[in-house]
Amino acid sequence: MITVLRAGPLTTVQDLGRPGWAHLGVPRSGALDVPALRRANRLVGNPDGAAGLETTLMGCRLRFEQPATVAVTGATAAVTLDRLAVHAPVLPVPAGGVLEIGRATAGVRSYLAVAGGIAVEPVLGSRSTDTLAGVGPAKLADGMTLPVGSSTGRAGPPDEDAPAPAAELVLGVRRGPRDDWYDVAGLFEQAYTVSPVSNRVGARLAGAPLTRRIEGELPSEGVVLGAVQVPADGQPIVFLADHPTTGGYPIVGVVGDVTPLAQARPGTTVRFRDLD
Amino acid sequence: MRLRRVGTGALLLECEDAERAEAWRAELWRRREAGELSAAEIVPGATTVLLDGVAPGTARLLAGWTPDPAATAAAGPLVEIPTVFDGEDLPDVAEHWAVPVGEAVRRLADTEFTVAFCGFAPGFAYLRGLPPEWAVPRLAAPRPRVPAGAVGLASGFAGIYPTASPGGWRLVGRTGSVLFDVRREPPALLAPGTRVRLVVR
Repeated sequence: MITVLRAGPLTTVQDLGRPGWAHLGVPRSGALDVPALRRANRLVGNPDGAAGLETTLMGCRLRFEQPATVAVTGATAAVTLDRLAVHAPVLPVPAGGVLEIGRATAGVRSYLAVAGGIAVEPVLGSRSTDTLAGVGPAKLADGMTLPVGSSTGRAGPPDEDAPAPAAELVLGVRRGPRDDWYDVAGLFEQAYTVSPVSNRVGARLAGAPLTRRIEGELPSEGVVLGAVQVPADGQPIVFLADHPTTGGYPIVGVVGDVTPLAQARPGTTVRFRDLD
Repeated sequence: MRLRRVGTGALLLECEDAERAEAWRAELWRRREAGELSAAEIVPGATTVLLDGVAPGTARLLAGWTPDPAATAAAGPLVEIPTVFDGEDLPDVAEHWAVPVGEAVRRLADTEFTVAFCGFAPGFAYLRGLPPEWAVPRLAAPRPRVPAGAVGLASGFAGIYPTASPGGWRLVGRTGSVLFDVRREPPALLAPGTRVRLVVR
């Protein structure tokens, strides 16, 4: 069992999400930086789908009531065990050990995997906290306890290296399905910055507003991960894991890989590359 | 029907109207059940169906299919929702329709609705079936809190709030029915294609 001593502003349990329920209005959710969660899981011998913790900018502090093996990946942050700096990605934690993930100095979200996984009750096949729809476990709060599953696998090296956080992101976009509603060429001609109001639902971008070509209301339709939605103010939102399942604003393109946005700090420059 | 590409792994079927979108939704669910279509998500919208997580070549496959609207009409299960018609906006709705309140209630209770699509919140179903001329505008400013079970109208749709949330629909009544329960199979009481009657109680 883990006791949460400092939850941080938004620390949630995340696995690979709950796809397959969008037609009932249930978002996919899941880790925003899936490769980072996967690396952490592999380092402690968990299957890729095991649940870990996702922190946001300020980390968290946890006490492990039983001995555990943990790994921390994702955003660059100082990790301490009983106040001593830890440099290895994988470490054994003794019973009563206090692990702290500090403030992120590069990137946004750190991932903590513990051998055996965070064993909260799955909801619709997933242990992910969904911040939009409120499905799954509650976000971490000070004093809360988290169960840990029994470890079965053998720890191994991760099969991929973590990408270095980038000062400027270039995101490949395929146009459609509603690129006719805006002068979409404008999307590729300017630089945007990541807005501080970004969250697990979407990365909000600030830049020169796109020019609308079709007026009126778009009837609600299905939404995908990575969708570039343009609301009335002309400022794009790139949908992340907790995105709504249907929506009524035009989607002018779809970002192929949203992972870099999971670690993009407010103010990061984003450019879109036209893949068509 | 027109196909629009959505990124690399999804397709949007744009249909002529809600009836044909409903027919396509039913056809695609049936084809997936029969193993003829692979798609991680089949998500109906007001006049569209999104296929997410599809294999390359799916667009060609779809071009050879035609849904049969007759086969899907009235095919969904019927769910009755016991409803107390005492919503705060019921007098406004009646005024908008230029009928007495009792007649507005009769119209709502006489309508057989169909779940066109879900969204906004888990288990929130957009119920179609009211004639277009009875469409009512949303509130100019949404209420900060609408209680769970509130039955409302907005544009041409009726809907029931599964949980308490902010909302701009015009409230006409309330129900004690549980719209979404993760322990139930399926968790949503009103899945797409379900026929719905609001029964006066």
